[in-house]
Amino acid sequence: MDTPGFFELMSFGPEGWAPALLRAAMMTLAIAATGYVIGSTLGAFLAWGKVSGGRVIRGFAETYTTVLRGIPDLLVIYLFYFGGSLLLTKIMRGLGGEGFFDLPGFAAGSIAIGVVSAAQHTEVFRGAYRAVTPGEIEAAVAMGMARPTLFRRIILPLTARHALPGMGNVWQITLKESALVSVTGVVELVRQAQIGAGSTRQPFYFFFASAVLFLVITWISGLVLNRAERHFSRGLER
Amino acid sequence: MDFQFFGETILILSAGIPLTLTLASLSVFIGIFIAIGIASARLWGPVWMQKIARFYLFVFRGTPLLVQIFIIYYGLGQFEAIRDSAAWIVLREPFWCAVLALALNTGAYGSEIVRGGLLSVPQGQIEAARACGMSPRLGFMRIILPQAVRQALPAYGNELILLCKATSLASIITLMEITGLAAKLISETYRVIEVFAAAGLIYLAINFILTRIVSFTDYRLTAHLRPASEVLLEIDENLTGANP
Repeated sequence: MDTPGFFELMSFGPEGWAPALLRAAMMTLAIAATGYVIGSTLGAFLAWGKVSGGRVIRGFAETYTTVLRGIPDLLVIYLFYFGGSLLLTKIMRGLGGEGFFDLPGFAAGSIAIGVVSAAQHTEVFRGAYRAVTPGEIEAAVAMGMARPTLFRRIILPLTARHALPGMGNVWQITLKESALVSVTGVVELVRQAQIGAGSTRQPFYFFFASAVLFLVITWISGLVLNRAERHFSRGLER
Repeated sequence: MDFQFFGETILILSAGIPLTLTLASLSVFIGIFIAIGIASARLWGPVWMQKIARFYLFVFRGTPLLVQIFIIYYGLGQFEAIRDSAAWIVLREPFWCAVLALALNTGAYGSEIVRGGLLSVPQGQIEAARACGMSPRLGFMRIILPQAVRQALPAYGNELILLCKATSLASIITLMEITGLAAKLISETYRVIEVFAAAGLIYLAINFILTRIVSFTDYRLTAHLRPASEVLLEIDENLTGANP
């Protein structure tokens, strides 16, 4: 046997790629998590704009979600990767730098993924806010709550509960979207699999292994999200 | 922003529209059969078929489309048995690999929509059809299917848009559809904003037309939910060809 088999390639031994693939899985999680945090923050502001903004802000938020849900994510990644590098080079040249400056793939990728998931978050948050019944808010006002207290004690917890399933969905989507960041050269799961496939000429084994690792991550995420949903909806009648 | 360059870019990228649309429509066509097969297996199949269908969903919804494309395009060629088989004629072409991956993927997501539609038909309607003497087959064709289609259409429209966007991944395996052309143009000219805006505009236009088609179909299928006066007017129009 001249070529190593699947288990030999995926082992922790001298020929094994397991450590590299596990590091890559961590990178995938890091990209997805960074993108998710950016997306949920941006999404919260956009949802707030949609719910209680003036005409201009509402129009902007509306356009943002429509546009970003209508164009492919890969295109957005290219925009931030190439556009970011050009912008960075311009800024650095302005500061007296020489040559070409690359925006790191990690930054470009996670910002792009964040910008895309912000559109999804916006819809989730807005839907969740609208699920808070006017009666609940009126009751809080009748109790004499000031606006900040009302927001913190009533709107926020109720919205969070309604938003949780949707936020879980967005997390799973973001996780899978992070695979696209491989086009920027960041060594996450897909890129690592490409590297391994290139150097061993066993592409199936490597892409299969990365698929399995993705499955493990989405599966565990699903379990955690299910538990969280049950936790936050305790006290609700079924 | 340079508008002349923007206009030229739109023309260059338009050359990719047919490939994008072909990829999308072929994979929708194949995907809908997969979706119906998986949904039926989960609803009416024996236990082992339900398990297979659930596993299929778990795998295809739990992994990124890009990985699925790579496994089919790069991965399968690793095995000599596949390279020697008749399937290789299809699997060595990036186009068919992309169609296959997209179809398998949209089949998984679509099956949940189909299943939801079929489940939304109230049990009483099915019983009523049986009580009227319809065979299960006739009852399915006349009672279950039309209502399921009506119910599933809006969600399926969403899936169509997602699929249309997903065809952009075909550019990673060398297919020169809109995104492929855009990436090439960006690396040649380094005018990111114009190229991005042009490609984005084309995708938005495609998806806008798609949304209009879906909502028009939905409008035609839900005549019974609209106020009677409006529907009567429409019937009149159809009969006389003019607004009375």
